[in-house]
Amino acid sequence: MSAPFRIDLRDVSTFPTRRDEAWRWSDLRRALGGEPVVAAAFEIEPPGEGGPFASIAADETVFANGRLADGETLARLTLADKPHRLRFVTSAEEGGWQAGADVVVPAGVSATLLETYEGRGAYVASAILRFSLGADASVERIVLLEEPAAAVSISASAVSLGAGAHFAQTVVATGAKLQRHETHVVHPGGGASVRMDGLYLLADTRHADLTTVVVHEGGGETSQMCKGVATDRARAVFQGQIVVKPGADGTDARMRHDALLLSDTAEVDAKPELEIYADDVSCAHGNTVGALDEEALFYIASRGVPEAEAKALLMQGFIGEVVERITHEGAREVVRAFAAERLEALT
Amino acid sequence: MLSIQNLHVSVDETKPILRGLSLDVPAGEVHAIMGPNGAGKSTLGYTLAGRGGYDVTQGSVTLDGEDLLALAPDQRAAKGVFLSFQYPMEIPGVPALTFVRTALNAQRKARGEPEMGAPEFLKRVRAEAASLKMDFDMLRRGLNVGFSGGEKKRMEILQMALLEPRLLILDETDSGLDIDALRIVAEGVNAMRSPERSMLVITHYQRLLDYIRPDKVHVLAAGRIVASGGPELALTLEREGYDRIVAEAA
Repeated sequence: MSAPFRIDLRDVSTFPTRRDEAWRWSDLRRALGGEPVVAAAFEIEPPGEGGPFASIAADETVFANGRLADGETLARLTLADKPHRLRFVTSAEEGGWQAGADVVVPAGVSATLLETYEGRGAYVASAILRFSLGADASVERIVLLEEPAAAVSISASAVSLGAGAHFAQTVVATGAKLQRHETHVVHPGGGASVRMDGLYLLADTRHADLTTVVVHEGGGETSQMCKGVATDRARAVFQGQIVVKPGADGTDARMRHDALLLSDTAEVDAKPELEIYADDVSCAHGNTVGALDEEALFYIASRGVPEAEAKALLMQGFIGEVVERITHEGAREVVRAFAAERLEALT
Repeated sequence: MLSIQNLHVSVDETKPILRGLSLDVPAGEVHAIMGPNGAGKSTLGYTLAGRGGYDVTQGSVTLDGEDLLALAPDQRAAKGVFLSFQYPMEIPGVPALTFVRTALNAQRKARGEPEMGAPEFLKRVRAEAASLKMDFDMLRRGLNVGFSGGEKKRMEILQMALLEPRLLILDETDSGLDIDALRIVAEGVNAMRSPERSMLVITHYQRLLDYIRPDKVHVLAAGRIVASGGPELALTLEREGYDRIVAEAA
């Protein structure tokens, strides 16, 4: 699974199914009913400016049903030190779109990308992004997926890093009929570093799939923390793969995935994978799926906190660890508030 | 203040642990509960605090005449019950300051008192942390996460000092403490002694009682109090072990 699947919504033969290992828990062909997707209408009510990250002063690029203002489907972005909002806004009761962005972070630039998927209706969306970071460039990418329950939405990114570059990502998913966010990073080692975080908050029958692949070609650091909460009949998928190529000595890779199941009918499928072909490496992974810790709940209650509040506190703390790793303060507070609101809806 | 009558408790619906325990702790007194491993010491602490899975099959527990057993754990805390855990829980992602302030204001709300504002709260925390020789910055981290055994116990005492309970239950508070930490923790506990406050000090060893002087010592064995006396009883136990006194009582 070294590169994302090439999916063309117009061609059913490109739709992966659960027989494809990388898609075994997210059957796209089934979700699309085995039919090619027709283009959604271009004209939609123009989305207001800002979206979920409106509070942050930023430049903005908006796709409306997969089209930029000039009708193009590919955005070419060169990021600067000022934050940039990249919004995929969809409003459609049928049909879909495919669009993409080529994102360049020039050498030495320290950028923030605030990427959102916002929608109404029952659509199919497919976004393909390419990130190219120059030497010593750094980007913090924060992705917020806020889509309707009937949508099918996939987003796949390929990331290449220059020497000494830093790529940090936090994906916050709330699910859809099928929602998948996939990131592939080629890690050159040396002074380059990668942070690959995720958070999912799922209710009803929503499905979210966070898939990441980091290939270390020459040492370097990767740190991954993914956490999620699922209730009702929701289903979460976490696939995290870290590959250490022969000769990539000195790699330091840490992966954690922890999930809370709040109902007997929710499901979490997790596949943490470390593939190590070098000798001198430091790699660790941990994966847990469980209910809220009864002992911790009693401890909190014994200090005077009522049960419902104790549960909320414990869950806020649980996801808070992911939120705290966001370095852009404004974005961190937006994500914190967004997650808190979703969490409340879950309980 | 605290009155326990003929208390029978089973754990996990089957195993009887406490079998007819009776105990009165008047206001202002410090009582030590000593006993061999497996006697039911921790069960007593958990039962008083209201932990799930500890079923009271017989007997009663009242605090100032009010039925404690009818209350949920958070309601008991609001009435002034505080259990200091032998193994305090780690709560990742919830800063210690947030945790204590949430607890304090939840208790105040339950008692119909106004919430304590941030400035007053922080002032009080700083003062208490200083007297317990705790690094204030540590309180911004997840509660007890990465704390040493001694730091966790100090954190328990800090919470106790801020929550100002009326009934303190210390469950093996000396375990895992070196002598310096033990002294600091004991000073923190002693500073809370007052005519309105009662304490139940649960311990396996006499050592803690050199620092927290009890008014009375009770020996708990096989789920009952088998002997009671003054502080000298603890010294006798330390010298002779539990075997004789437990055998005599049997």
